[in-house]
Amino acid sequence: MKSVTKMKVVNKSLKKIDSTALSQGKHMYTGDLTPPNALYVKMLWSPHAHARIKSIDISKAEKIPGVKCVLYYGNVPRIPHCTAGQGYPEPSPYDTFIFDKKVRFVGDRVAAVAAETSDIASEALKEIEVEYELLEPVFTYDDALKEGAPVIHDEEESFVPIPIPYEPKKNIVAKVGMEAGNFEKGMSESDYTFDELFETPYAQHCPIEGYISWAQLDPYGRVFITTSTQVPFHTRRIVARALDIPVQKIRVIKPRIGGGFGCKQEMMLEDVVALVALRTGRPALWAYTRDEVFRSGRTRHPMRIRIRYGLKKDATINAIGLDIINNTGAYGGHGLTVMSCAGSKVLPLYHVNNIHFDAKSIYTNLPVGGAYRGFGATQAYFPVEVMIDVMAEKLGIDPLEFRKKNHIQTGESHPAFEALGEGKPGAPMTIGSCGLDECIDRGAAEIGWSRRTPHTAKNGRYRRGIGMSIHMQGSSVPEIDMGAASIKINDDGSFNLLVGATDLGTGSDTVLAQIAAEELETTLDKFIVYSSDTDMTPFDVGAYASSTTYLSGEAVRKTASKVREQILGVGAVMLHKKIEEVDVCDAHVVAKDGSCKVSYSEIAHYALYENNQFQIAAIESHITHKSPPPFTAHFVEVEVDMETGHVKVLKYVAAVDCGTAINPQLCEGQTDGAVLNGISYALTEEYRFDENGKMTNADFMTYNIFSMRDKPEIKSIIIPTYEETGPFGAKSVSELSINGGMPAIANAIYNATGARLKVAPFTQERVWRAIQNK
Amino acid sequence: MTTRKISFILNGELKEFDVFPNERLLSLLRRNGFKGTKYGCLEGACGTCTVILDGKAVNSCLVFAFQAQGRTIQTVESLSNKDNKLHEIQQALVNEGAVQCGYCTPGIVLSAKAMFDENPTPDEEAIKLQMDGNLCRCTGYEKIWSAIKKVSASHKKGDSK
Repeated sequence: MKSVTKMKVVNKSLKKIDSTALSQGKHMYTGDLTPPNALYVKMLWSPHAHARIKSIDISKAEKIPGVKCVLYYGNVPRIPHCTAGQGYPEPSPYDTFIFDKKVRFVGDRVAAVAAETSDIASEALKEIEVEYELLEPVFTYDDALKEGAPVIHDEEESFVPIPIPYEPKKNIVAKVGMEAGNFEKGMSESDYTFDELFETPYAQHCPIEGYISWAQLDPYGRVFITTSTQVPFHTRRIVARALDIPVQKIRVIKPRIGGGFGCKQEMMLEDVVALVALRTGRPALWAYTRDEVFRSGRTRHPMRIRIRYGLKKDATINAIGLDIINNTGAYGGHGLTVMSCAGSKVLPLYHVNNIHFDAKSIYTNLPVGGAYRGFGATQAYFPVEVMIDVMAEKLGIDPLEFRKKNHIQTGESHPAFEALGEGKPGAPMTIGSCGLDECIDRGAAEIGWSRRTPHTAKNGRYRRGIGMSIHMQGSSVPEIDMGAASIKINDDGSFNLLVGATDLGTGSDTVLAQIAAEELETTLDKFIVYSSDTDMTPFDVGAYASSTTYLSGEAVRKTASKVREQILGVGAVMLHKKIEEVDVCDAHVVAKDGSCKVSYSEIAHYALYENNQFQIAAIESHITHKSPPPFTAHFVEVEVDMETGHVKVLKYVAAVDCGTAINPQLCEGQTDGAVLNGISYALTEEYRFDENGKMTNADFMTYNIFSMRDKPEIKSIIIPTYEETGPFGAKSVSELSINGGMPAIANAIYNATGARLKVAPFTQERVWRAIQNK
Repeated sequence: MTTRKISFILNGELKEFDVFPNERLLSLLRRNGFKGTKYGCLEGACGTCTVILDGKAVNSCLVFAFQAQGRTIQTVESLSNKDNKLHEIQQALVNEGAVQCGYCTPGIVLSAKAMFDENPTPDEEAIKLQMDGNLCRCTGYEKIWSAIKKVSASHKKGDSK
């Protein structure tokens, strides 16, 4: 194995390959590439949370000049499918139709209009006459689960494609659980027990580019869909099913993406633009407004979590119980997997012998939950890491020492890895690398942990507090996810790198090319990277589950390794040497004795034009057998206004073990971004609803995401470790650091004020009330 | 829908455009190929569509196209040149790794440029105030922040020479 210190391309902060063009505003996103004669699609959304459509009349809308197509349940295929972009068959119910006779949340699809201009399409929507029969809506956890609750999915056709517990008549989307040791006994044999209830809110990803797709037919009648997606291959498969057309007839192209964070791990609008293109023969564009992104897009699942801990006086955690209700809203995609990860990415962080984990995903008549960076772990870390602080305080131990004593270490395993999978059992795993102790030490030094005093020592209106939390995530979904790559050489010694992996702004095209360049002993600028085009690139499941660097990166490394073998073979012939007498170095094949060398360009010329010609090229795939966790320790200092409850974050430190950082600057960027998203999720972000289930803050003025002025100083520290199973020792980095904001800030608020927050976000009102009630 | 002709100085050239009565400047620009100006929220809250209008950074989604009549507008395209050399703000963002998805970047560049055109050495408060209207969800602003501070610092250094 190559030592990280000897690497020439990997572990270097090289410039992101698309950053120059992006900074110039070049035409690289879906909306920039729309054909000039495209029709505009607009959607009529349900104004009701739960209703049956008694009648719908589209005739007036159809007659408006400029309207080319109106779609509704009466004129499209009715095939149950799942919009979530997951491995196939999905561990999610097929409970969605392109259009249905029933609407299940405010913002559900009713009918679509495609017209010459977006104004005409909007006008036409007003002419669609719909008569609804209102049904009793279900908004709360308790209402959904109570005896005789209205059934949200009462249709006969919905089903689950693999055997997972699905009980739509009880509004239950999925159940998952595990037991290890004996939880009840563990609790009763503990010196101290804890039993608390926590709640997390609905939140939206807020990529600055919202959902957008367009489709057009090629001369052979195939439909090409250009779309802002994290999952081009899954999208192709889902559209094929929903429209009942062959996969062969569809090409999905992902250009540059203006952010996703999970909300684009979903087939959202591709079915409709494809249908319009097929029906009219015209290109069709559909872009959500910001309001629509909030109301009808995907969200972070709200959870209600009961947490129980049993603790011994010697600081052993003797039992943990998590009972989770996960609100997946009106449709069930990701309903099982998100809550499964609330266990599998959280429970293994600490040694506990007696474990109880019981999670239910439920339907309500509210917006639809989906994948969101952190994927369930973010919600569960809030109670877990707050209670770790509560327990440390009970014992009078420094929270850092308590965590160090109890967290998982290199060489250790945990039953949750095997017990909790994604619709099937997970993969057993031992931890191959864990830099958590160093993360804790470095982070503590950076925040100035040693000056931390208890809340009882503080007074005055403005009080400062320091809090912290530790976290892990995973890297890919083991035994399920697959990524593939192909590489070919060109005349001048440059290479085409084609990957199915989906760069959604993270820099994965750059990272993957760095891996290829390192393996091929050449430079990053020799790579022409093309990603995510279902006609052109090999398959990849897409950008999710923190998989791209670890999974697709290893596919790239294997591919590059094969190309390297071919280059060596040609080089040896050209140099009249045996293959074992040559090596690659600085884009040359060199004789080990130093007598002669030949460049990649000369080798490519020889192979393409001169003798025994062939294309030096390879294609390789990779699946993973484990999902090695990256680890992090987060530290935060806050100032709380005791009179108003306002919380100001002063400084935030994230020390991250992501294995080998393929590109340290990009790893810092991933961490900075996840951290600020986590902070704003903790302090301001939540959906507010009126009594009819309609979101009342669906815009950036009232749904507050942080700006540059709001941000504290963020310090991201990369702690190197080496993961043997990852490309050049890499693990994942992208999701991990969104998990800290809520618990670390809650712990800091407690350290400042003595008030414990158990319901997020920590708005001024909630903090003020918590201070009054402490 | 009937259109009207208007003219304004776009990126240093006097140009004439047909505008629809209710059209926004953002739409006019994109419709005419100036697609460096991206679409974010259409409600003036994200800064993605920022252009420089008579020296001030504005959200082009909140400006009616006809309001551009007789005025001077700069889009991100004005910073591109034949030898593909980046403007110093773009270069700083690229160097710092401040371009992730890149969708907010042209708006960030123009907000910063309007600031630097008026005050080549803004302090931290001035930078925060100016950049407050440009949302980014990828970077946590940390690297954008350091890039802009570096540009300001480089101007200070230049002043003292």
